[in-house]
Amino acid sequence: MTLTVHKQAPARLQPRPFALVRHSLALAGRSVTKTLRTPEQLLDVTVQPLMFLVIFVFLLGGAVSGSTGAYLQLVLPAMLVQVMLIAAMATGVNLSTDIDKGVFDRFRALPIGRSAPLLGSVLGDVIRYVVATASMLGFGTLLGFRAQTGLLGVLAACLLTMFFAFCVSWVFVLFGMVARTPGAVQGLSFLVIFPLTFGTSMTAPKGTMPGWLQVWLNVNPVERVMDASRALMLGGPAGGPVLASLAWALGIVAVFAPLAVRAYRRRA
Amino acid sequence: MNAFEAEGLVKRFGKTTALAGIDLAARQGSVLAVLGPNGAGKTTAVRILATLLRADAGSATVGGLDVVRHAARVRRLIGLTGQYASVDEDLTGRENLVLIARLLDLPGNQAKQRAAELLTEFGLDAAADRRCKTYSGGMRRRLDLAASLVGRPDVIFLDEPTTGLDPAKREDVWTIVRDLVEDGVTVLLTTQYLEEADALADDISVIDHGKVIAHGSPAQLKRIVGGQTALVRPADPERLPEAESILARLSGRRPERPGRGVVTVPVDGDAAFAEIVAALAASGITAAELSLHLPSLDEVFFTLTGQREAAA
Ligand SMILES: Nc1ncnc2c1ncn2[C@@H]1O[C@H](COP(=O)(O)OP(=O)(O)OP(=O)(O)O)[C@@H](O)[C@H]1O
Ligand SMILES: [Mg+2]
Repeated sequence: MTLTVHKQAPARLQPRPFALVRHSLALAGRSVTKTLRTPEQLLDVTVQPLMFLVIFVFLLGGAVSGSTGAYLQLVLPAMLVQVMLIAAMATGVNLSTDIDKGVFDRFRALPIGRSAPLLGSVLGDVIRYVVATASMLGFGTLLGFRAQTGLLGVLAACLLTMFFAFCVSWVFVLFGMVARTPGAVQGLSFLVIFPLTFGTSMTAPKGTMPGWLQVWLNVNPVERVMDASRALMLGGPAGGPVLASLAWALGIVAVFAPLAVRAYRRRA
Repeated sequence: MNAFEAEGLVKRFGKTTALAGIDLAARQGSVLAVLGPNGAGKTTAVRILATLLRADAGSATVGGLDVVRHAARVRRLIGLTGQYASVDEDLTGRENLVLIARLLDLPGNQAKQRAAELLTEFGLDAAADRRCKTYSGGMRRRLDLAASLVGRPDVIFLDEPTTGLDPAKREDVWTIVRDLVEDGVTVLLTTQYLEEADALADDISVIDHGKVIAHGSPAQLKRIVGGQTALVRPADPERLPEAESILARLSGRRPERPGRGVVTVPVDGDAAFAEIVAALAASGITAAELSLHLPSLDEVFFTLTGQREAAA
């Protein structure tokens, strides 16, 4: 083997502006490529939500809303939020896998911003939100779901939900940094996701629940997003829940993104 | 000037002391081999020098820059090939290299060109567009090496670059290291084989339990740990006693039989070995195996510390 790896080395590379943005986007591209190349990683945002939808609609629809059709109208905008949060969970698990496999060591020894690998993963996983939204709305429509507000309303609901999931994904990134194995990250994430998404009016009207559960619903941020999503797709006053959702989203990212970056720096 | 320098590095993981105050240094354009058994602290030392880990005490510089205070600038100077290949399995070899080039701020075209160049140099052209999942261990190692060279670093850290490679692939890596040095790169290489350190290094630091227990040029070190061992395996096992007496006569020492059908004896240098070869030929003994060995790491430690290493 002959090697002229170093001959004619050009002037040392100079740092260029907007480095963090460029590096994060390059790494986001990597995440997207990986996701598209391993479609089985998309099962949780394609097949799984469809199963949930079918189970809930046909199992509970008659009992809760009198008909499966009416129930579908009620449950789909809320379940969209749940599915999006499950989609966000994968970010933490994937990061943990990358650290496990040593891929991150390579990135960390490069002269790039410390948060670039994290930002890259979080941004790259937006593709999962898009797939989740498409499969949820597509299948929902097949089953008979009809938005009452028009395209703009649906679009707004999707964007709001994605933004919320994007912000919450920093919680899972933090888990990815502190838990030792990808499996542990997943377990921890589900522990958070279940009470947040099922402890809502997603599957049943709030009025039928015991008082203590209603208290939880009142403080649960995911309930606000589900309210907003319903209002945006089905009509009704949307302003309040939308603002509350945005406030929560920004609050969550303001707290958890710095924590995640700090935990990442600490992790050897 | 020293290309890198570590002074009094201490690192603890809970109750384990991985490094107990070690000093390492290499002149610009030289190769330093860090020789040590499992758990000696090789990887820990490399990770500290490569800015991946912080020492609890002591200091380290690369290119005169402190690895903690000027970590970002140090990262522009170094390349790292970790002990375990850190290639992305879902990407192709080419994609792996292009990504790193992009992260090093090479513009799109140059990034592709650099990746193609390295793929060719490392004999990965045919596999360039296959996912790394499908690579053999040797291919991964080579890609990993290529990845650490994308930015044309001044200092390269290679953590056990040949462990798990077959002898031919090992030679390939040795050639790469020699070529790098010819181009003025400084190399730190960790290894568990004295043979490898001897073949490549200008200086060797032997470490054990997080401490440097010997340091010197290969020649100096070999003088301390004793010479080489000649090994003969006659093609005809019947002639083993005959071979044994030839070895005894020429070396003036008592040969040993470490295994079935082989006989070994310590010799002083290559000339003595040549005599053995000639004498065997003269008495018509054909050898199935005839070789000259440096002491194993185990023997090196026995000499240096006076105690057998418990298998770590
Ligand atoms: N992250 C860690 N957490 C706890 N202990 C660690 C960690 N990293 C290393 N150690 C311990 O520190 C000591 C030195 O480890 P190190 O990996 O540096 O050895 P090494 O010389 O590279 O060994 P090997 O030849 O097996 O690669 C070992 O006892 C190891 O168990
Ligand atoms: Mg090691």
